[in-house]
Amino acid sequence: MGSLFRSAEMTLCQLFLQSEAAYACVSELGELGLVQFRDLNPDVNVFQRKFVNEVRRCDEMERKLRYLEKEIKKDGIPMLDTGENPEAPQPREMIDLEATFEKLENELREVNQNAEALKRNFLELTELKQILRKTQVFFDEHEGGTNPTESMTRALINEDSIARQSGSVQLGFPEKNYDPEEYYPCFVAGVILRERIPAFERMLWRACRGNVFLRQAEIETPLEDPSTGDQVYKSVFIIFFQGDQLKTRVKKICEGFRATLYPCPEAPADRREMAMGVMTRIEDLNTVLGQTQDHRHRVLVAAAKNIKNWFVKVRKIKAIYHTLNLFNLDVTQKCLIAECWVPVLDLENIQLALRRGTERSGSSVPPILNRMDTPEDPPTYNHTNKFTSAFQALYDSYGIASYREMNPTPYTIITFPFLFAIMFGDFGHGALMAVFGAWMVLKEKPLAAKKSDNEIWNIFFGGRYIILLMGLFSMYTGLIYNDVFSKSVNIFGSSWKVSNLTLKYVESITTDHMLDPATDDYVQYSYPFGLDPVWQLSKNKIIFLNSFKMKLSIIIGIIHMLFGVAISYFKNVNFNNHLNIICEFIPQVIFLTFLFFYMVLLMFIKWFMYYPTNEPTEIVYGTRCAPSILITFINMVLNKRTPYEPICETSNMYAGQEGIQKFLFFAAFLCVPWMLLAKPIMINRARKAAALHNTNHNQLHSATENGDAEQPMHNNTSQTPVVTQGGGGGHDEEPMSEIYIHQGIHTIEYVLGSISHTASYLRLWALSLAHAQLSEVLWQMVLNKGLTVEGWAGGVALYIIFAIWGSLTISILVLMEGLSAFLHTLRLHWVEFCSKFYSGAGYAFQPFSFEIILESASQAKEE
Amino acid sequence: MGAAALPFIIFTVLWGGVGIVLPIIVPKGPNRGIIQVILMLTGVCCWLFWLCCYVAQMNPLIGPKLDKHTIMVMAKAWGNELKE
Repeated sequence: MGSLFRSAEMTLCQLFLQSEAAYACVSELGELGLVQFRDLNPDVNVFQRKFVNEVRRCDEMERKLRYLEKEIKKDGIPMLDTGENPEAPQPREMIDLEATFEKLENELREVNQNAEALKRNFLELTELKQILRKTQVFFDEHEGGTNPTESMTRALINEDSIARQSGSVQLGFPEKNYDPEEYYPCFVAGVILRERIPAFERMLWRACRGNVFLRQAEIETPLEDPSTGDQVYKSVFIIFFQGDQLKTRVKKICEGFRATLYPCPEAPADRREMAMGVMTRIEDLNTVLGQTQDHRHRVLVAAAKNIKNWFVKVRKIKAIYHTLNLFNLDVTQKCLIAECWVPVLDLENIQLALRRGTERSGSSVPPILNRMDTPEDPPTYNHTNKFTSAFQALYDSYGIASYREMNPTPYTIITFPFLFAIMFGDFGHGALMAVFGAWMVLKEKPLAAKKSDNEIWNIFFGGRYIILLMGLFSMYTGLIYNDVFSKSVNIFGSSWKVSNLTLKYVESITTDHMLDPATDDYVQYSYPFGLDPVWQLSKNKIIFLNSFKMKLSIIIGIIHMLFGVAISYFKNVNFNNHLNIICEFIPQVIFLTFLFFYMVLLMFIKWFMYYPTNEPTEIVYGTRCAPSILITFINMVLNKRTPYEPICETSNMYAGQEGIQKFLFFAAFLCVPWMLLAKPIMINRARKAAALHNTNHNQLHSATENGDAEQPMHNNTSQTPVVTQGGGGGHDEEPMSEIYIHQGIHTIEYVLGSISHTASYLRLWALSLAHAQLSEVLWQMVLNKGLTVEGWAGGVALYIIFAIWGSLTISILVLMEGLSAFLHTLRLHWVEFCSKFYSGAGYAFQPFSFEIILESASQAKEE
Repeated sequence: MGAAALPFIIFTVLWGGVGIVLPIIVPKGPNRGIIQVILMLTGVCCWLFWLCCYVAQMNPLIGPKLDKHTIMVMAKAWGNELKE
């Protein structure tokens, strides 16, 4: 196990694998998940690689499995997920798997086809049944009491036909000898989608000029469409018309509207007979359909038992072949060559895995793992566990740490929740957050097993340890601020007394009375833990709190930044970069300490030295003469005298302050050119020396005429010292002008940054003030209203108002304010803290791991 | 000077214990370094926060402004009765 302080040491390795053993070895490495393979044939098209065929076969298998899975889901059969992780099967098992899937797929497709055909048949028969039933009603109407109308229509039609006949005779174009029988109305019957009926009717009317007669009736029960499986509503219709011309027209319209026409015998006896036949056929079909469905269900149930397992197997095979495609073939075609990044500490595990793989494949030649030297930067790999991974993720989303750079994560585990808590300081809200975090942490396993795809929940759950810690720290800061849902608790007894006042005086107070800290009103020692509860009740609470919280923010902020600068020292020591320590770290520390940490000291001096007094002799240390830190600091930088009242005698806090301040400012000022120029000048000098050295050597070489053989070796040795001196900064080939520019930017950034970053930490005060005010307003405006209602109505009112107050507290004060404080904390870490030491120019280690591949595959599927 | 020794000693010992003693007795393991850092930073942060709050109130330059109602309630609830 590596530590989290720095990313794990990596090395580039060359791996020689026997062709037969390669598959098994890669499979073992995939289970291990500690190796990142490099693509050795980047210029080879994906379609021309060696194992394309196998990958394609795997894709095909996966497709079949997806088809199976879809069918299983359609039938609502539960898929057995035992969570077991089968090993990647041997290549020869692939054929078995393929055969199994092929068989299953074909079987399923056949069954589905049959089922569809049967369903279509069934639909037709049902429709026919409905037609027979509905038309029966129409015909009954005709043959029953409506006889006169029928005869009337017949009479009308007859007359009409006669008229037409005579008309045609008149025109002299007798097309055909009409048999009067043909002019009796004939009809078609069919079924159509219900929503098409109005359009259909209109069309018929227009196309046939009103010469047809349409009757329709709705089929009450929905019918299943066999191709889509949807439930559709249909209607039965029957159209009466006359003549062939109309018949073709009507049929065309029916076709156009996708109506299905069915034969319908005219004679009632025939119809009855037909209906009987249809009924028996439907029953037969039903049994057949049931059997088909049963068969399908059996097939799917059998498949559902194994499908997760198969998915895992196929994905593993595919991943292995994908990886093998990255390898290079040896000239002899006997072995595969791979290049991979591995953590140095895990080399032994990898060797073991390789050995297991060789044994499994039965190959006799062991694989060879060679460490290689490379000028390339290795990937960054941080060993995280479930606790640290969320904190690491905060920085990974900012920028992956450079290789072996100081990782800020271990410090952030505490500083992040702490800075958050300064802004979110309320015991009540902190407790709510901590309870939520603790619940997620305690129920970790069952909650993780549920695998919700709710994004917001996943974010919360992923950050459960951050939330728990933020809650706990907020509880602590809440106690210090003495805020519980904006109310204070008086545990130790306030340090302020009102017993000096007389009842008479108090009754005469019109606005307010200020307790005098110089008298017995103040017991002369502070409340032992946190803010005195009296401040919560006082009218000048904000003035006192602002002064306290602003100073606190600056103190915490400057210490945080100094801590960041200190980390840069360890980073430079680790990279053996003495130049950076001398030319950057030391002036940076001096600059920050002499100006800003001095301000922190002034704050403490003011807290200790100035006290409330009414004695004329001690007025120098009294309230009136206490200097403002901010003004003092500004005047120190501007090199001005601070004005003071004559009775105070001086504006200084201690003797010799002005001289010391001048020195500090001057020293800090000197640091600017030091940061700006020292490093480029040193690099320049080193380069000149190296160049001189090189030419000397070259002359020596050309003089001795040692030949070309030693030239490359010599180059290697002469370049190494330059690299160590340059310190991995990558400015070995940079021209001097660029180094000057970089250093200039860097210096300006640091100097101006120190000021703006210090000011930026004031957000700790601002947010904490906003949070406290918001929660106070909520109490006053909402809960207080419920608490002040008298009598039994008060209970009811409080019940309702508490619900409102509670939901507002959670939604606004805990969730929204929490989010805002979280983002501000994140910014303080990313910008103010990281800018002091973090370069974040690395790239992440992406090991070949079945676990990761399977996880991402299952996630992609759910989306 | 408004410092009382007792709270100062109690809280310094408490957070000193978390930040100095506990890191020493953390059991050996792969995560020992992380746990040590966590404990030390917790000790430092919490102590500093308490200290600032304590010191800031030690010599108050202003006193709380209270209205009539509040003074009456304080006198009653916190048990420091007003003079006749």
